[in-house]
Amino acid sequence: MKILKEIIWPLVAVVAAFIVGGIVILMLGDNPIEAYRLLLSSSFGSLRDVGWMLHYATPLIFTGLAVAVALRCGLLNIGAEGQLYVAAFAAAWVGIKFGGTIVTVGTDHQNWSWASLPAILLVPMCIAAAIIAGAVWGGIPGVLKAKFGSHEVINTIMLNFIGIALVSYFTQYYYKIPGDPILQTAPIGENATIPQLSSFIPGLPADVPLNVAFLLAILACIAVYIFLWKTKWGYELRAVGQNPSAAEYGGISPKKQIILAMTISGALAGMVGIGEVLGTRHNFYNGFSAEWGFLGIAVALLGRNHPLGVFVAAIFFGVLLRGEIFVDAFTSKVSKDLGWVLQAIIILFVACLQKYSRK
Amino acid sequence: MGEIFTLALLFSSLRLATPLIFAALGGLFSERSGVINIALEGLMLAGAFTAAVVTYQVGDPYIGVLAGVAAGAFLAFIYAVACIKFEADQVVAGMAINFLMIGLPALISGAIYDSSGSTPQIDKILQLPDFYNRISIATIVALALVPVCWWIMYKTPFGLRIRATGENPDAAETAGVNVIRLRYVAVTISGVLAGLGGAYLSIGQSSLFTRNMTAGRGFIALAALILAKWRPVPVLGACLFFGLTEALSIQIQGASWAKIGGEEIPVQFIQIIPYLLTIIVLAGFIGLSRAPKALGIPYSKED
Repeated sequence: MKILKEIIWPLVAVVAAFIVGGIVILMLGDNPIEAYRLLLSSSFGSLRDVGWMLHYATPLIFTGLAVAVALRCGLLNIGAEGQLYVAAFAAAWVGIKFGGTIVTVGTDHQNWSWASLPAILLVPMCIAAAIIAGAVWGGIPGVLKAKFGSHEVINTIMLNFIGIALVSYFTQYYYKIPGDPILQTAPIGENATIPQLSSFIPGLPADVPLNVAFLLAILACIAVYIFLWKTKWGYELRAVGQNPSAAEYGGISPKKQIILAMTISGALAGMVGIGEVLGTRHNFYNGFSAEWGFLGIAVALLGRNHPLGVFVAAIFFGVLLRGEIFVDAFTSKVSKDLGWVLQAIIILFVACLQKYSRK
Repeated sequence: MGEIFTLALLFSSLRLATPLIFAALGGLFSERSGVINIALEGLMLAGAFTAAVVTYQVGDPYIGVLAGVAAGAFLAFIYAVACIKFEADQVVAGMAINFLMIGLPALISGAIYDSSGSTPQIDKILQLPDFYNRISIATIVALALVPVCWWIMYKTPFGLRIRATGENPDAAETAGVNVIRLRYVAVTISGVLAGLGGAYLSIGQSSLFTRNMTAGRGFIALAALILAKWRPVPVLGACLFFGLTEALSIQIQGASWAKIGGEEIPVQFIQIIPYLLTIIVLAGFIGLSRAPKALGIPYSKED
């Protein structure tokens, strides 16, 4: 019964969003049943489809967890987007500097790296760089909230703009291959890359970019569950989220928990950089995120801020992201922006229904 | 250095500040009544898209502006229903409105114009007029709105009720203010003004709507509001300052004066000034910025 109570309102929100979305599709002059059928078949039609869908879901698991951990402490982290940008750049920087990257400009071969480390050292270093950079960028608004009481929502929005501008600056002036028209860094070293799952799973085509980061995302879900419900720090974090003054009365420092929650939140958002830089693109590309940081808010809300819920919600959004491309291509009127509209309606419904689920 | 502060830069700053002034003044009404308005971005997009489409279809920019204003007001009303009637988390509901306005305009223009990236271009003569090719009529309206908003906020009973509701809704209700209705009105006004700002973007500053064309201006307007400590006249100052930083970051690209010791100033460093300043002000380093006391708290009579 408890589980039913937890999932009933998110389900109502999803169904309501699909009904509203269906009306929109109808008004645009297309068949909603056909659009939704395409949405599903493009994610579950074959192993290849499932692989792509999970690839789309992977960054959302991380950002969903990030937003969920902060929300458990009563904080809304709108800054996951900036955190994952900074983190992805940090991972790429380590991958270049310690990966033996040699850049060819004309006939000139320039060595941009300080060292060429083996994979066993380099991959963990890149992963650590992403996590630490994300943690710092998330921790700043945490510290600002704890020390000065300034609102984390505004600060995380501001830090999104600042973080994205800063990494674009470093990319443009220091790490872009001269002459490259695209704002992206030089490639990371071979030893910094992580394998695609297609090299382990027979039948999964090699063009599916799903990589080891997906397994890390599952581990992150388990780790967040253990942290929140099986450790003292997690308990204290949730206590602050439920009632800061009662927690303080009970000897828990809300300030410490606020900084902790935002730091962990930023670290989780930063982990998006692992799959994208080490697994998929093998460099930092300015514009690599499809607003995953913001989608994380929807994922966390729909997943009721629980790791298992976040996982399921991320899969659901993975289906939307995978499917919207097909809906775009195979219907006459509906473009791939349908996904945005459905997401927005889901968030709005979940936000409105929360009043009832609290009772 | 003398070349930097030319008349052209002044006009460019005014032009870029105009949509910010509209949106920030809109946010002022909503936030002074106690409703956070992170949806300014989406409300601006609603105004921009509707104004561009209606102007193109009807061939009259003023009808386009009215339609943009109506769209902003309508969307703001939906936001108000979520925040006031359903007591939704205002930040979350606001983000939903922003997401909706990334997707919905593209979906609609994709269906009617077969182009989800932008709406068709309107004729030059259908754009909102400029005086002396320099100052848009919208800029003049925006500048005129500042004293009007000040007067409403501080010299009329309506303004007093808004401020009272944002500070202490229970006391306001006891004193005879209909808090719920007042908040609906205040949030809808914010949609009207943000819609105006958006309309100026699409049919004043440019001649068509492009996907996500506000590019964070709603958030900048919000930052200006915070920087101005939720007061109309300082809002103007903050918006002009942000307009100046944007004008500078446009001019700086490739400009000969934009060098310090032979190195060019990266445009990104100028772009982040408004955001950095907002964080610094929020942290209380430049005087305390105190939000309306009841900001973000849903009001229900039973309490």
